Amino acid sequence: MFIINCPYCGERDQTEFTCHGEAHIARPDNPSEISDEEWGKYLFFRENPKGTHFERWTHDHGCRRWFNVMRDTVTDQIIKTYKMGEAKPVISNE
Amino acid sequence: MKYSLYNLVKNSFSYHENWEKAWSSPDLKPEYDVVIVGGGGHGLGTAYYLAKEFGVKNIAVLEKGWIGGGNTGRNTTIIRSNYLWDESAALYNHAVNLWEGLSSELNFNVMFSQRGLFHLAHSVHDMQEITRRGYSNYLNGIDAEILNQDQVAKKIPHINVNGRYPVLGALLQRRAGTARHDAVAWGYARAAENLGVDIIQNCEVKGIDISNGKVVGLQTTKGSVKVDKVGLVPAGHSSVLANMAGFSLPINSVPLQALVSEPVKPILDCVIMSNSVHVYVSQSDKGELVVGAGSDAYNSYSQRGSFDMIEHMMAPLVELFPIFSRLKMLRSWGGIVDVTPDRSPIIGKTPVKDLFINCGWGTGGFKATPGSAHVFAETVFRGEPNDIAAPFSLERHFSGALVDEAAAAAVAH
Repeated sequence: MFIINCPYCGERDQTEFTCHGEAHIARPDNPSEISDEEWGKYLFFRENPKGTHFERWTHDHGCRRWFNVMRDTVTDQIIKTYKMGEAKPVISNE
Repeated sequence: MKYSLYNLVKNSFSYHENWEKAWSSPDLKPEYDVVIVGGGGHGLGTAYYLAKEFGVKNIAVLEKGWIGGGNTGRNTTIIRSNYLWDESAALYNHAVNLWEGLSSELNFNVMFSQRGLFHLAHSVHDMQEITRRGYSNYLNGIDAEILNQDQVAKKIPHINVNGRYPVLGALLQRRAGTARHDAVAWGYARAAENLGVDIIQNCEVKGIDISNGKVVGLQTTKGSVKVDKVGLVPAGHSSVLANMAGFSLPINSVPLQALVSEPVKPILDCVIMSNSVHVYVSQSDKGELVVGAGSDAYNSYSQRGSFDMIEHMMAPLVELFPIFSRLKMLRSWGGIVDVTPDRSPIIGKTPVKDLFINCGWGTGGFKATPGSAHVFAETVFRGEPNDIAAPFSLERHFSGALVDEAAAAAVAH
């Protein structure tokens, strides 16, 4: 089980949180101009990496705020948590 | 060697020590007409039907681990076809039709047991949902019976219909049931090899060679191989393989857990499913209760679910069956399932020529094994999906024609 470090509340049990999928997906600025394929990709297609994943979580049973998590999907280890709007961390190859 | 009473008696004279292996371990040849990536039930079945129904001679199935070691051997073995939408009903009922003859077709006892499945309803909304789905099933020629509370209490031994979330009724499919899951993989593997299919275990695909938009070869941990056609049937690792071929999928891979209790004498003679309180349970022929529930909500390839999910499975189980409260749970395990936005599979063509994909079965692929393999074999052979497979194309995520079993609630997830 994880201990998740909420950027607002500090370390809390995983059961207080919910994961809401991949982060840093921007809605296209011009939805009426793009093709069905581009729109479908925005709506449904996901990276689903085996390795480092950037995802959105909410602290439902705490501050109820949204934040981003950088996590390894092989080990389930959380590398970093950060606030919405902060830049996407760089993946290092260490 | 055919499995028969004659051969059973004959082999008993040599203390059952001279049975030949169900399948061998051949070396990877340099070239194949068709390579199926993924040696689970769906992949082995695809190879079997390609050889048997379409006469393809030179086929290999590449399996990263061992036969029956992936999701085929990790599920709760439930088989049913009472889905809401016409497209799903056609696909899953095709599978149930094949399940009914599978043991004799493969000459391998897959222990298919049509013990009936009760989908419980706990609220007025649930009753409306099962009524709607039951009538939809009638129209699609799928057996369905809508039961009230008294009928449920009479038919299911030891159920508590007056719990915190009372059981108001159930949708019963009598043709539904369970099968021995690893026997399905073993049976298809043996039958496929008898038709000349090479089953290569411990062989992981590391790269996909594409030339002028067509698949031409695979790089594996056992060397490279030239191919004419490739069928990807990788379940949890679908996105990983799709990325090797240069495209992405509308899929998230998440952990799904199951567990079994200590074995007890026969106590539950049917399959119970409840979406609302969220648990599934049946009793195996060994006597263990096989229990499953929902997947975790986060992406993972760890083959481990989160610990709190176990409590989420046990709480509704003991609420529905107080008599189970003193049973000990023996084992729990996880598998990685590839979930699509509409909880329907993806079967068909990919952006790469002669590279086909069968994935996205999410939390409910086992029940579809023979049907999925059968329609995918035809898709690979003809290069086009048949009428049953056509609605499940990757293209539906661009056209918007989703087969939305997630919203229809016929898929527990």
